[in-house]
Amino acid sequence: MIRLLRPSRLKEAGILGMNRRNLHYIGRYNRRSLYPLVDDKLQTKLLAEKYGMPTPAMLRHLTAQHEVAAIGPWLHTLGGFAIKPAKGSGGKGILVITSREGDRFVKASGESLGLEDIERHLSNILAGLYSLGGSPDTAIIETLITIDPRFEGYSHEGIPDIRIIIFQGYPVMAMMRLATHASDGKANLHQGALGLGIDISSGACLDAIYQNERILHHPDTHRPLRDIDLPEWHNILMLAARCYEMTGLGYIGTDIVIDRDRGPLLLELNARPGLSIQAANGRGLLPRLHAVEARAEVYRPPEERVAWAREQFRAQ
Amino acid sequence: MNKNLFFIVAGLLFAAGVALALSRSLLTGVPLIPGKKNDVWLVEARVDFTAHGGPVKVSLDIPVTPPGFVIYHEQTTSPGYGFSFVKERHDRRGEWAVRYARGPQTLYYKGQFIPDRQASPAQTKLATPKKSVEKVYWDEPLAMASGEILRNATRHSSDTPSLTRELIRELSRADNPDAKLILAAFPMHEALKRLLLQSGLHSRIALGLRLEDARRNQSLEAFVEVFDPKKKSWLLYDPKSGRLSLDENLLMWHQDGPSLIDVEGGTGAEVRFSMIHQSVPALQLAKRQQADSLFDIFSVHQLPVEEQSMFKLLLLLPIGALVVVFMRILVGLKTSGTFMPVLIALAFLQTSLIPGFVSFVSIVFIGLLLRNYLSSLNLLMVARISTIIVIVIFIIGVLSLVGYHLGFNTGMTVTFFPIIIIAWTIERMSILWEEEGAREVLVQGGGSLLVAVLAYLFMSSQLLGHLFFHFPELNLSVIALLLLMGQYTGYKLTELRRFRSMELR
Repeated sequence: MIRLLRPSRLKEAGILGMNRRNLHYIGRYNRRSLYPLVDDKLQTKLLAEKYGMPTPAMLRHLTAQHEVAAIGPWLHTLGGFAIKPAKGSGGKGILVITSREGDRFVKASGESLGLEDIERHLSNILAGLYSLGGSPDTAIIETLITIDPRFEGYSHEGIPDIRIIIFQGYPVMAMMRLATHASDGKANLHQGALGLGIDISSGACLDAIYQNERILHHPDTHRPLRDIDLPEWHNILMLAARCYEMTGLGYIGTDIVIDRDRGPLLLELNARPGLSIQAANGRGLLPRLHAVEARAEVYRPPEERVAWAREQFRAQ
Repeated sequence: MNKNLFFIVAGLLFAAGVALALSRSLLTGVPLIPGKKNDVWLVEARVDFTAHGGPVKVSLDIPVTPPGFVIYHEQTTSPGYGFSFVKERHDRRGEWAVRYARGPQTLYYKGQFIPDRQASPAQTKLATPKKSVEKVYWDEPLAMASGEILRNATRHSSDTPSLTRELIRELSRADNPDAKLILAAFPMHEALKRLLLQSGLHSRIALGLRLEDARRNQSLEAFVEVFDPKKKSWLLYDPKSGRLSLDENLLMWHQDGPSLIDVEGGTGAEVRFSMIHQSVPALQLAKRQQADSLFDIFSVHQLPVEEQSMFKLLLLLPIGALVVVFMRILVGLKTSGTFMPVLIALAFLQTSLIPGFVSFVSIVFIGLLLRNYLSSLNLLMVARISTIIVIVIFIIGVLSLVGYHLGFNTGMTVTFFPIIIIAWTIERMSILWEEEGAREVLVQGGGSLLVAVLAYLFMSSQLLGHLFFHFPELNLSVIALLLLMGQYTGYKLTELRRFRSMELR
């Protein structure tokens, strides 16, 4: 029997639905012309550098097929690296090489690849295999992110990332996404990743959702999820909040990872952030969005916005 | 945009659609609900010829009381030509004339024919022939052969119907050398007519039209009529089957009179027929003859029959779109490709639901298997999709052949599926399979099919089909509904399940 909630229950919880998100928030606060800034990771990266935001260091980017043929010797000088399509979505086309084994490149899963495999992957990216609508794309080669030891054992073959919804510059809701065996290293909730609600105020973990059900332990490693401790929470919030000035988009999802050595890094931005974050937090976005809308008439700098949000959006 | 203004505009649009439909119903007498109906065949004759550049007169035989039918409404379209009916004995001819015409010309005659169940189409009570039976002359070897056939047939028969049957049998026998000789010189119907004349019976060629819904470019079929002196009536025979043609979907177009069509001042005349089956309420038929109102001018019925059959289908599209919008915005069903389900539903309309459903699923399934192989070839996308298009055509061809040999009619109708759409569906499904797994393919594929079947159920509804075809202004109301749904900010039905973890709190 399919269990359905009464709409009044969702309304009570302040859940934001897809229709309202599209019409009232994305449609009203995100200008179409600004989309390329976030849909193209290369543009996001260059913009972030201009604003002094830390991002995973880009080693190189490829735009033409002939560059692929000449890349072999250079790749062999690297230890680990990540290859990403600039216009990919949902984690498609991302190849992570964690170490080397002679001439072979070793993936996070332990599978090893030859140079020709890497070259084919690069060609596929340039041909637009992973980009929206199949348009020609750019391949980005980045340094590897080193997982923070505090997160060891929480994420299966992937680095956990922190998604924060930024509405008119205010952080309104946050969650951490952990890859699971079922999600195959991907961090999207509908692909089977685990969502962990995070209190905006304190950075403490609230609730965990896995395949639409509440859980307490990681399904693969069985570690208790409540114990996760987020370092540098204030810096993370500041980094996310400043994306508003950077892009001019009013309703975005910021994806942030924590590098062992460099701290919080801005991974990418999303102009159409998903709604599952509400389930992970056990509360709806609407009351918080209304609160921000009532206040955002006057522009305030990021520090003030974060301070207000941390005061306002307390879990209890 | 101002919220209130928006609702006012949407409300006005909705009201305007309904009000226009109501007033059209009142003024033209078309009822809103398809009530008691008469079958009506709207038949269009199209005359094409090339004018020589001078005065032109075209005379077309047009039936006045075709057996088994009654004519209700008729009209002609022929820019620049004068038109009149010319009565002749028991028949009449339509005559178009113009002082000067040059180049290709097209003339239309359109008539609504209502089957009259009382009259049997096989026996026509046209007046007895006054003239004596005309003489037939055969060339020498044929004269011998015809004499032989006639003798055989007479020996095995007792009256006019049995003689005619015997003659048809003799002529159709493959091992009869006499029949072969005659059929080499004359077509079947002509040979039969001559033999009947030779036996001293009045006989003539009649041309009839087989009525099938939404057919275009049809030509007339030849039949033979023989006068039975005992019953004092003409009997109609199909020279191919030998039986009395009792088919009620047979409209006799040309029975008496000199010829089907005469053209003075032009050459290359050809008559082609289009037809469409309508269910027109008795009330409307009664009012048909009245003067054209404003609504009649803005009516689909003014279009040539060829276009009308297309519009009948086109006017169903808004219903399908409405279903899609409802299912996506209010229910939140995932479909592959926004309007793909509507196109599939349109195809279902042609193939009927179950066979269409089965063949669609099998085409996509086979296509997915083959596409799996393609992905290992590492092709660029455009080339890959083009390859899939060709593969889909192959699959449809094979399915049609298999279906045909197994005796299913549906094999042929599979070709109604929009091939490009299917190719895209296969491509999308395949990528989805690789990226998100088979479950997502089932979810989206199932969603698309569910929406397609729902759209089909609405589009094939008699009431909705009737309303949207006869009252196209209802589409204003459809637009209003679409606008309103486009502003819906409430929860989708699927979200009530998606956020079910909220219940426990």
